[in-house]
Amino acid sequence: MVTEFNGLLTATVFLPAAGAVLLLLLPGTRDGKPNRAVRGAAVAVAVADLVLALLVFALFDRGEDAARFQFVDQFAWIPDVGLKASYLLAVDGLSAPLVALTGLLGLCAVLASWHIGLRVKEYFFWLLLLQSAVMGVFTSLDLLLFFLFWELELLPMYMLISIWGSGRKEYSAMKFLIFTILGSAFMLVAIVAVFLTPDVGTFNLIELSGAGAALTAAAALIPLAWLFWLFFAAFAVKLPTWPLHTWLPDAHTDAPTAASVMLAGVLLKMGGYGLLRVNVGLFPNQAEQFAWVLVVLGVVSVLYGAVVTMRQTDLKRLIAYSSVSHMGLVLLGIGSVGVGGGGLTVTGLSGAAMQLFTHGTITGLLFLAVGLVYEKAHTRYIPDLGGLAGRMPFVAAAMLIAGLASLGLPGLSGFVSELLVFLGAFRAYGWPTALAVVGIVLAAGYILWMMERAFFGPRPSTGSGERFTDLTDATLVEAAPLALMVVCIIGVGVYPALLTDVFDSALEPMIKAINGG
Amino acid sequence: MVTEAAVWAIFLLPLGSFVLIALVIRPFLNRWPLLAAVSTIGALTAATVLAALTLRSVILGHTAVFPTWEWLSLGGATIEMGLLVDPLTAVMLVVVTSISLLIQIYSVGYMQGDPGFARYFAYMSLFTASMLGLALSSNIVQLYAFWELVGVSSYLLIGFWHERPLAAAAAKKAFIITRIGDVGFLIAILYLFLKADDFAAAGLNAFHIPDIWQAAQPLAAGGAILAGGALTWMALGIFAGAAGKSGQFPLHAWLPDAMEGPTPVSALIHAATMVAAGVFLVARFYPVFQQSDNAMAVVALVGAFTAVMAATMGLVMNDIKRVMAYSTVSQLGYMMAALGMGAFAPAIFHLVTHAIFKALLFLGAGSVNHASGTFDMRYMGGLRRYMPATYLLVVIAALSLIGIIPLAGFWSKDEILLGAWDGNSHLAVWMNRATFISLLAGVALTAFYTVRMVMLTFYGQFRGGIEQESADAGAGGAGEEAAAVHGPAAHGPEEGEGESHQGHSAGGHSGGVHLAESPLVMVAPMAVLGVGAVVAGYVINPQWIDFLGVPVHWITGFVADGLLAATGGEGHAELPEFNWAIAGISTAAAVGGAVLGLAVYGTRLGRPEQDGRAREPLRLLGPVYTLLSQKYYVDALYEGLIVRRGFYRIFAGLMNWLDRRIVDGAVDLAGWFFRNLGSAVGRLQTGQTQAYATAVALGALLIILGFLLAS
Repeated sequence: MVTEFNGLLTATVFLPAAGAVLLLLLPGTRDGKPNRAVRGAAVAVAVADLVLALLVFALFDRGEDAARFQFVDQFAWIPDVGLKASYLLAVDGLSAPLVALTGLLGLCAVLASWHIGLRVKEYFFWLLLLQSAVMGVFTSLDLLLFFLFWELELLPMYMLISIWGSGRKEYSAMKFLIFTILGSAFMLVAIVAVFLTPDVGTFNLIELSGAGAALTAAAALIPLAWLFWLFFAAFAVKLPTWPLHTWLPDAHTDAPTAASVMLAGVLLKMGGYGLLRVNVGLFPNQAEQFAWVLVVLGVVSVLYGAVVTMRQTDLKRLIAYSSVSHMGLVLLGIGSVGVGGGGLTVTGLSGAAMQLFTHGTITGLLFLAVGLVYEKAHTRYIPDLGGLAGRMPFVAAAMLIAGLASLGLPGLSGFVSELLVFLGAFRAYGWPTALAVVGIVLAAGYILWMMERAFFGPRPSTGSGERFTDLTDATLVEAAPLALMVVCIIGVGVYPALLTDVFDSALEPMIKAINGG
Repeated sequence: MVTEAAVWAIFLLPLGSFVLIALVIRPFLNRWPLLAAVSTIGALTAATVLAALTLRSVILGHTAVFPTWEWLSLGGATIEMGLLVDPLTAVMLVVVTSISLLIQIYSVGYMQGDPGFARYFAYMSLFTASMLGLALSSNIVQLYAFWELVGVSSYLLIGFWHERPLAAAAAKKAFIITRIGDVGFLIAILYLFLKADDFAAAGLNAFHIPDIWQAAQPLAAGGAILAGGALTWMALGIFAGAAGKSGQFPLHAWLPDAMEGPTPVSALIHAATMVAAGVFLVARFYPVFQQSDNAMAVVALVGAFTAVMAATMGLVMNDIKRVMAYSTVSQLGYMMAALGMGAFAPAIFHLVTHAIFKALLFLGAGSVNHASGTFDMRYMGGLRRYMPATYLLVVIAALSLIGIIPLAGFWSKDEILLGAWDGNSHLAVWMNRATFISLLAGVALTAFYTVRMVMLTFYGQFRGGIEQESADAGAGGAGEEAAAVHGPAAHGPEEGEGESHQGHSAGGHSGGVHLAESPLVMVAPMAVLGVGAVVAGYVINPQWIDFLGVPVHWITGFVADGLLAATGGEGHAELPEFNWAIAGISTAAAVGGAVLGLAVYGTRLGRPEQDGRAREPLRLLGPVYTLLSQKYYVDALYEGLIVRRGFYRIFAGLMNWLDRRIVDGAVDLAGWFFRNLGSAVGRLQTGQTQAYATAVALGALLIILGFLLAS
């Protein structure tokens, strides 16, 4: 029973998965060597999906009276067994940029896997499947389908870390899995409880968050505040927020480059997206009521994350902890809804949404660059590094641009989201926000100190002479994803309205709901 | 009447040069690095002409109000980029473009043969564009953006020779310390947005600078949106940013270290323009500061204190660039003090003359380095015989800095002292007096260290330059014995600096000693600045009669009228008349300091040449000397105690331990508990994902059932 079918989103979501299955049909080896056609095909699939994702973003109608949800694909999915779940894909201004982000980072991840030699077919299978799952999370507007994609993403990431990772990879993969599954359990409870609420009986997020939503305090099966926190638990683990963050450094450090890029670039964003879509979208009053908790967690994450980042000696671990700090800004931005008195403006939420996108590109670039360093220098241990800028100027430049964006340099994308978060949150919680602003000094500290130790200064010497004398700069294939990210970072930094206008179109209705309530 | 496009071009030309070098010349045409210099110099020549035209247009009274361009729409306000061209901006544009142009020409000679030649000009273009953008900004967020870009250009240029550990460390230090100040600046912006609704109700935009001026005015003048304690805090936030950039105490520690960059960079950024951005920032928001006596008092006292403190440290430095660096910090203190005392126009006047003579001094130091290979004055000496032009020009700049009539520095410094003497009637009397006395003491100190610098560099016998320095450093094994040669007292103070010299010589592009005058491409720009250092003071601000068609008190009147217009006034601002008594007192102080300097360093006492290096007479001061050469232990306090030990080792170390042992430890503990629980109950610990997922789903169902039964 098809209600509406546009097809673009279905294609965007399932193209990588279909490509993944087709990859399995290719011969794994040719003449005893790994088949190069496999990675070629994977790139082709990723490029095609990027084109689709960019189409979604470009064709999204930004007009004043455009429908909020566009490119709707909807048909009844499990209509008969009392579940009333539907297959419902659509994007609004909140998800359209994130779809584009997933497409971008998906391609970067595939390109960053150029040198994978172990079980190549399987590797790309999982990587592409992962992309489908994340696309699904950002586009499905039926809670059950959303949950399905949410869980589907786990397996590929688990495989990528535990098979192609390094260090304590099995431990880290399992830790990632258990944390997320525990979070998901809370979400499942909440989803079922929402569905079973009398007069609701639907998983449809558009209906649930629409005007006159049936999910009122009186009718709720369990108190709305409980639902809010159950959902929050799942998303907070994913984001992650302090003190649920410890899976992140382990997973990042031991994951292969491409998995780190996807993990930091898009998987964390699922947490922030969920908070905005579900916690703010479905529970505006609870969001306003509990905003102070989010702000406290956000400020602690910002500062705590930054301080711990300072102590890290592994490049990947350092970036992972900096992500904890930067994801704290998402919470801080969402916390701006606590301003009260109907005086909420879109600024803080817009900043939180922007932070999802900008952090995705910035951290993606950082991990790509570190991946190249590790591949060539065979170490990520900062005290063993030094003077890399002289040998790999392109990688160093990319790293510096990403680092400067990460510390909020104007002209680069990170500044815009930080500024919006601070502007919005300061109106609601002046002193806590002022405290979080101190984070910009700490960020400058850990980024520039990392640059100094790893990339500047003389090259370290060992007994047999100077190290790293035969390091080479990035090749064309290696440089391409870096350049792509640099363009995104500068583009959004110089002209942020490109994204904020789209984000705001989805956030304004939420603001209205909060101000009206 | 300049068009909007012409004004934008002042900023866009150097920016275009940066993009051209970064994207085209360096990747593809790096075999011809001179193209980068051509691109930069060409862009700046055009920008200088346009800046001059803009100044002319403003003088003629064409107060053009340019349209703004929406950059970002927030809920409640919009951030609109635009141009703000008033007298202050117009003056700033001319100073930045012309001095930058001269320094780029000089750089062609100074940087010749450096492998990073093209990269150098790319960064210099980026810096100049950012600085011009900063001066032109009509919006506080736009200003903040360029403010940070200026900071990052400075970071890139201080760390230009990034393979040198000291350069890389100094770049980082500069960025971080200035960023501490920027926290205040950013919070001031946040506060403005908090008030956005009040601004909007009055038809104003909270980010638009002229609107901020108006909002700070008293109620009668249609303002009072910003008032009281909040206004003071906001002004202090802005001042925190300014203090960081302008190296005011307690955020001054980065500037002397910034001398690790190439010398023309020091001349342009860390002497003439960027460090003056802090003064510009306070001047830009002067209508806000004027409404808060407390903020003005802080600005005045911090400036006056910095002026003296930095000058005392300048007394004992052995690195010629560091003497000049502390001199810069001190002179910026004069400008800040003037602003705090209400002497707005003299501060800007001094900003202009200081930019000229201080740029010249630094270029002179670069020229000296070109010949001797070192920056350590103890290894110089007698250079006047080998490089007469450099010598002459440095002496001119030095006299200008000391404030000898009729050179440029005299006139502007005199106006500041006059302003301090007349005082800010809103401040307590003791503040006026303390500021005046500090600045006067600063004059004497300035004269002393300047004379010392000139004598050590240019007089006496040549003491071997970099060759002798390397020999001493090599003989001493990490400098320990070298220090011992000069007595035990030398040990402590010299450790830090010894490192620094190795830094200079290690990657030095001008290695080796070749005692000769620098090439014309370096001397010619210096000569132009030399003319400016002589005449600029009187030409742009004649005292008693119109001079060469320039009216009396031209530049001070020009910017003061601009300020008056900004605060809603009309007509002309009142300017103090030349005061013979003040001029006499300041000249006496300057001459006194200079004579003392000559008495010490012009005689055998100051420069016995027998042991190769100059003996330092100031060592006779004992502990005072140690205190000064240790920079009052501020670096030791900041870096050693606060950052390294207190913050990094103890606080961050503790947090890191907590994270691994407690936060993560709890997770592992829980995992261990459940694993063992699992193996006790049965074979749950299969390691299979499906099994875990099943368990979780079952658990979830149980929870739901619980809720259903309970309700």
